[in-house]
Amino acid sequence: MTTAQRTALPSVARVSRTRAGVELKEFFRQRESVVFTLAFPVILLLGLGAVLDYDLGSGVDFPQYFMAGVIAAGIVGASLQNLAIHIAGERADGTLKALAGSPMPKTAYFVGKVAQVVAVTLATVVVLLIVGVLVFGIDLPSGGDWLTFAWVTVLGAAACTLLGIAVSSLARNARSASATVTPLALVLEFVSGVFMPFDQVPGWLQDVAAVFPVKWLAQGLRSVFLPDSLAAREPAGSWELGTVAVVLGVWCVAGLLLCVATFRWQEGEGR
Amino acid sequence: MTRSTATRAPGAQPEQLTTPLDPDAAISIRGLVKRYGERAAVDGLDLDIRRGEIFALLGPNGAGKTTTVEICEGYRSRDGGEVRVLGVDPAKGGRRWKAELGIVLQSGAGGSQLSVRELLAAQASYFADPRDPDEVLELVGLTEKAGARGRALSGGQRRRLDVALGIVGRPRLLFLDEPTTGFDPEARRQFWALIRSLRDLGTTMLLTTHYLDEAEELADRVGVLAHGQLAEVAVPTALGGRGTAPAVVSWTEDGTRRSAETTTPTAFVAGLAGRFPGEVPDLAVSRPSLEDVYLKMIGDRP
Repeated sequence: MTTAQRTALPSVARVSRTRAGVELKEFFRQRESVVFTLAFPVILLLGLGAVLDYDLGSGVDFPQYFMAGVIAAGIVGASLQNLAIHIAGERADGTLKALAGSPMPKTAYFVGKVAQVVAVTLATVVVLLIVGVLVFGIDLPSGGDWLTFAWVTVLGAAACTLLGIAVSSLARNARSASATVTPLALVLEFVSGVFMPFDQVPGWLQDVAAVFPVKWLAQGLRSVFLPDSLAAREPAGSWELGTVAVVLGVWCVAGLLLCVATFRWQEGEGR
Repeated sequence: MTRSTATRAPGAQPEQLTTPLDPDAAISIRGLVKRYGERAAVDGLDLDIRRGEIFALLGPNGAGKTTTVEICEGYRSRDGGEVRVLGVDPAKGGRRWKAELGIVLQSGAGGSQLSVRELLAAQASYFADPRDPDEVLELVGLTEKAGARGRALSGGQRRRLDVALGIVGRPRLLFLDEPTTGFDPEARRQFWALIRSLRDLGTTMLLTTHYLDEAEELADRVGVLAHGQLAEVAVPTALGGRGTAPAVVSWTEDGTRRSAETTTPTAFVAGLAGRFPGEVPDLAVSRPSLEDVYLKMIGDRP
């Protein structure tokens, strides 16, 4: 009666492609986000790699050990920190409200965010590997380790993406999100053995870290970059890849539930 | 207009509606209620907005303007009453319904890394039958800024970008919430011309504004909201009995300014014309301004 039948609305796939393009431009054109997210782990690698010089045994120097940690930090930055800060900003400045009032399918918005995380994660990992090989001569993974590298990265990034989207709802704006999430991520990374061998972290802190996904992400990545002889220095005496998969999977589910429960397209009603 | 102040629980049997919803209206509202805690921000509002008209909703802060508009846009839920926007209940409006609407918000374009043209192209891609982004840029006068990013725009230009984003989907109904706040007088004039050209294209518009001259300039009808209800709906020149209120005729005679209040200004001016050989010096005929009647109206309400 009222809606004149006009041409069909664009498909979810087509709008998703548009959103992916928008998200890539929004990220890579913003110098702050590129420096903060992409360059920060590289600077960490160059800085700590040049300064810290200890032998972990089995011919493993610090840069070789640190590759797993710095890649974990890169993944957390590209997914959790990046999304929490930017989505909080989009909510505060009305971008999300405008999208919610448009006929954009809501799925397309999240597909765009995922595309952004995939691109930024890939770029970060590739740059870190290149710097690692060229500057520190680290040994790249071999054979089946690449497969482990892939699934640990995907599962870890997925869990952190969902948590980033969920955490964005807690902050009032991008600045407050940054002030909350950045220290939080750093603390998690410290207690998860990202910046130092995990067996140097006090036992009770190891137990705290074991609740969160960063520890398991870093541990899974250590299995990729370190010789199996170093598995003995892990808390369980092995890489525990099965537990890595389960814990990261559980965090994906928990993150998804948190997103569904907390995501808002606009700041609260009631004013 | 009958006021329905009955408070009923959400989901309760709707009371007998005074008049049925108007299926042909762009927006039809009956007995709308919205509460924030104990306070009813909208308290039994009835309103019909015809297709093709520009309707201005006036009212002081807290009168329920934004709440009413956001319920129509689908942004807020309601606690009672019936609403149809283009024949659809906004609480249940899907993508196809949203594609018929344009909403001009204070957008976040200022923080975006995309150029004006890219923002517009992305917005257009959500719609079935969008306008050409370049044509829209031409229409709002932003062609020269097509390659600029949002933060490089002035306040007025950014607002015109907001309008461009609102109309690129070729909406049949456009919501404009205080569109010219922060404009200089020249930018307002240009903006008004833009709104008129949109009306000529057949777009229905619901405008909220604090500026009474803006409502008078643009609106076919104005509605005054006070205390969550519609105090009056009228064409701007008739609001608050302005059309029949005494007029004030003023002129200059023997070097002094004179004025007289009269209900028959035409006859009075004719008489005045007879007393002067040519033009009546500094002749002016004025009615109470929209502002006069508006302030009276919102002040009168309990």
